[in-house]
Amino acid sequence: MTRTSPRPFSVRRLPGFTAIAITCFVLLYAPIVTIVIYSFNAGDSVALWRGFSTKWYTVAAGNQIVQEATLRSLVIALWASGISTVLATMAALGTTRARNYRGRTLIYMLINQPLMVPEIVTAVALLIFFSSIKIATGYSGLGYLILAHSAFCIPFAYLPIRARMEGMDLALESAAADLYATPWQTFRRITLPLMAPGIAAGAMLAFVVSLDDVIITEFVKSAGQDTLPTYMLGQLRRAVTPEVNAISTALLALTVLLLTVFFILSGRNTARS
Amino acid sequence: MTHETAIAIRGVSKIFGPVETGLKALDNVSVDIRRNEFFTLLGPSGCGKTTLLRMIAGFETPTNGAIELDGTDITAEPPFRRPVNTVFQSYALFPHLTVAQNIAFGLEMLGRGKDEIKATTAEMLALVRMEAMAARLPAQLSGGQQQRVALARALAPRPSVLLLDEPLSALDLKLRKQMQIELKRMQQDTGITFVFVTHDQEEALTMSDRIAVMDAGHILQIGSPRDIYERPANRFVAGFIGESNFLDGTVLAAGPPARIALGGGQELSIDTADSPAAGQPVTLAVRPEYVLLGAFDAPGSLSGRITNLIYFGTDMHCHLTLDSGEELVARIPSGLSGKEGLETGAIAGVSFAPGALRIVGA
Ligand SMILES: Nc1ncnc2c1ncn2[C@@H]1O[C@H](COP(=O)(O)OP(=O)(O)O)[C@@H](O)[C@H]1O
Ligand SMILES: [Mg+2]
Repeated sequence: MTRTSPRPFSVRRLPGFTAIAITCFVLLYAPIVTIVIYSFNAGDSVALWRGFSTKWYTVAAGNQIVQEATLRSLVIALWASGISTVLATMAALGTTRARNYRGRTLIYMLINQPLMVPEIVTAVALLIFFSSIKIATGYSGLGYLILAHSAFCIPFAYLPIRARMEGMDLALESAAADLYATPWQTFRRITLPLMAPGIAAGAMLAFVVSLDDVIITEFVKSAGQDTLPTYMLGQLRRAVTPEVNAISTALLALTVLLLTVFFILSGRNTARS
Repeated sequence: MTHETAIAIRGVSKIFGPVETGLKALDNVSVDIRRNEFFTLLGPSGCGKTTLLRMIAGFETPTNGAIELDGTDITAEPPFRRPVNTVFQSYALFPHLTVAQNIAFGLEMLGRGKDEIKATTAEMLALVRMEAMAARLPAQLSGGQQQRVALARALAPRPSVLLLDEPLSALDLKLRKQMQIELKRMQQDTGITFVFVTHDQEEALTMSDRIAVMDAGHILQIGSPRDIYERPANRFVAGFIGESNFLDGTVLAAGPPARIALGGGQELSIDTADSPAAGQPVTLAVRPEYVLLGAFDAPGSLSGRITNLIYFGTDMHCHLTLDSGEELVARIPSGLSGKEGLETGAIAGVSFAPGALRIVGA
């Protein structure tokens, strides 16, 4: 009889691995699948199936409040992802272009602060901070929400950009300078094109994160500034209608689309360099 | 014959970190690199070769000293204003540009006309035999092909000096030999001054017009491959370039010819005018191929016992212990190795080819 050498440890061979894995997936996806299915329910109840219909999508799309909230969500997400991506790009340039320097870890931590501080704390802090500005200036437009979203989107935009830059050979920029490119030409012709997939991925992630934020938005918004998620929350407090299912499903579809593009872009990151 | 100087390195030092406590990568280095020559910086890893090269390219600023290119001081010029191009050790090809776009990059940055860029790019592609690959991305090329593109890209703007930092070290042996010949051909065809960095002494000997041997931030010797190999200035050079036997002794008479006493009452005579004074200790160096073996009682020869014989194909290495106790290696062409008396344990007479023994310090 031949004895095979012991196989390396693999969690796959633990007893019950398959059962646990299936349970996890069911827990994760069953509610989502349910919401998607019931968004096509013809009846008024969220729990009783009365046949297939796209009626609730029509209802939601026709609801003026939903339209306004959607538009507001998109405006905020566009601004916030734009602002945070520009800032994150500059931060990534600053933190990856130099050789190791002191305080680097501290700077990473400061940039990633929104990931670590509990969101409710940031929300309360922003509420107090902005209300004093509101009193001082009298301004109460969307600017506060855009600023708040920009702030917590920075780490989400920063991480993919930094990952992309760290995979980039510093010698490429030296090579460009060696071939008579001025610092600006080097940035335009070499650094920026190589960073582009990371920047696009970061922007996409920031957009998605802004789009479905509830807590900070709920605290910072002024009257009449509901975004899609806070509108839905308000609806749920009163009565659960399949309209909310329809909106959730639409939001889910958009998020899945953006995240797919994100993964394709960040996949290309590693394949290229 | 006079030589025009392309690059003059004047008393350059480089300290990384604080001046007092930092690491001294280069210590007061001076050298004139001549126009159109193939000049090699040779030395072990960490001796400062790359630092010196990066300083010529403009990526490092000297802590002290100055660098002149064709008579003008360029010490303060940024890299993009120096008519000097580099072939990087990692090649550093732009991954998002095709082979042709990589080669054209320098010309574009110099603002050359479209027609000229096209013509020069085609010429460079032909020079490195990469015409068929013009539209490929660097990731689609083999290591050897990337190396050629890096070379073509650096040559395209016709720099007055081309810097190459261990450009062949990532290639396998066969490809490396082939590229050595091609590089030398390109240098001769283009007439551009090449400054080549390597830690491989054989590569340096076969390709260079002149070699600077470096160690620990110093240049120890500058000379033609033949100078360096046959007249090493000191023990480090003699040991680093090729193989050498070293014998320690004491000067009996400065001569010429100098007489040197080795241990065990043995004596040698060297035809040299620059021996230290009588009574001084000296180190002698001799290449294994210049050690001659004969009958143990041949007149004027030392005697030693053969401790080991190693067959190498084209030649045979014969390890001996001299009567003075010193170890010595002789390299004997295979054709002569059948000679009588050449066996482990035998006593042999050891002599040296005329002029082969050199004094390399104390
Ligand atoms: N940027 C740097 N910072 C600190 N030390 C450096 C730097 N570059 C090189 N060195 C040090 O300087 C010495 C010479 O390096 P280098 O010129 O790269 O050697 P070589 O190319 O001959 O192997 C080494 O000890 C190296 O560690
Ligand atoms: Mg080096």
